[in-house]
Amino acid sequence: MCATCGCGPTSHHEHEHGHSHDNTQKSGKTIVDVEQDILQENNLLAARNRGFFEGRNILAINLVSSPGSGKTSLLERTLTDLKGDLSFAVIEGDQQTANDADRIHATGTKVTQINTGKGCHLDAHMVLHAVQGMKLQADSVLFIENVGNLVCPAMFDLGEQERAVVISVTEGEDKPLKYPDMFHTSTLCIINKTDLLPYVKFNVEKAKEYARKVNPALEIIELSCTSGEGMQEWYNWLKSKVLTPA
Amino acid sequence: MHELSIVMSIVDLATKEAAKHHASGIEEIEMDIGCLSGIEMDSFEFAWKQGVKRTILENATKKVNRIEGKAKCFDCNTYFDMIQLFDSCPNCNSHLSEIISGKELKVKSLVLPD
Repeated sequence: MCATCGCGPTSHHEHEHGHSHDNTQKSGKTIVDVEQDILQENNLLAARNRGFFEGRNILAINLVSSPGSGKTSLLERTLTDLKGDLSFAVIEGDQQTANDADRIHATGTKVTQINTGKGCHLDAHMVLHAVQGMKLQADSVLFIENVGNLVCPAMFDLGEQERAVVISVTEGEDKPLKYPDMFHTSTLCIINKTDLLPYVKFNVEKAKEYARKVNPALEIIELSCTSGEGMQEWYNWLKSKVLTPA
Repeated sequence: MHELSIVMSIVDLATKEAAKHHASGIEEIEMDIGCLSGIEMDSFEFAWKQGVKRTILENATKKVNRIEGKAKCFDCNTYFDMIQLFDSCPNCNSHLSEIISGKELKVKSLVLPD
């Protein structure tokens, strides 16, 4: 299943092994009942990640959105504003470059960049490897910034506790209906760039209505990481999800 | 194109199963792919052609069962066909529903040669 490095417990590409075992087979075809979930390898690794995070009281948040909605800007501001309140680490997922990791690094936060190459999403295996190299602190928050893509990352559980989908007011308000899978699997929706509302046609109420049609349980926060409006609500949400160490 | 990752997962799964039975090839693979599973079938077909090359599934016949989306309304217990994840209950218009089927994504069976 590993599309990046071919390593790990799930790599089995040796295929045909050159000799037959005729003595164990009767003539005629053999039908094997498999009944296995195609995503089970990913889901098992995600469960392993989730156990690791829970054991260390790490709040892992998978940030998903289309490219350019402001995920990295949201992180930059959050990491700067909450420095001292909470301890953070970040995994950055992009097809290419370490530009986003550099931006996070500049805030003084521990960060690892995953480049997926041609891959369109992060999977649990990539996160497992990233986490192995990070020495994450207990009682901290781990942001996993997924590849900018509103389609593919929806199917891949990374082991996160919360999935936050970010849309911005420069996009269409019907994004939740166009890409329902992502909104269906998310727990929080952030509507970003609200400072631009006077200049664009985006209808916030419509966007919220569409998002709740897809997922009635979705929490929604409107904010602008440029003006700071609404950021406190996001910080309150974040702090409410962090469990106090026992 | 997460469909390519899905195809590669299928290849891995089938390769492991075939190895358990010491099979050198696979004649047929049967899968359930639900209509609400997030798989775009055109992309899947395209990814399949590329993804199975030089693997144990290269010459296998592919049988796909498309499972229709069905849901049960939390508010009035009506069962209804769900085409899109945002479809509401036809009886009471509620969006609070539980998906009963359509999320399937699994390999059901393999046919191995002699």
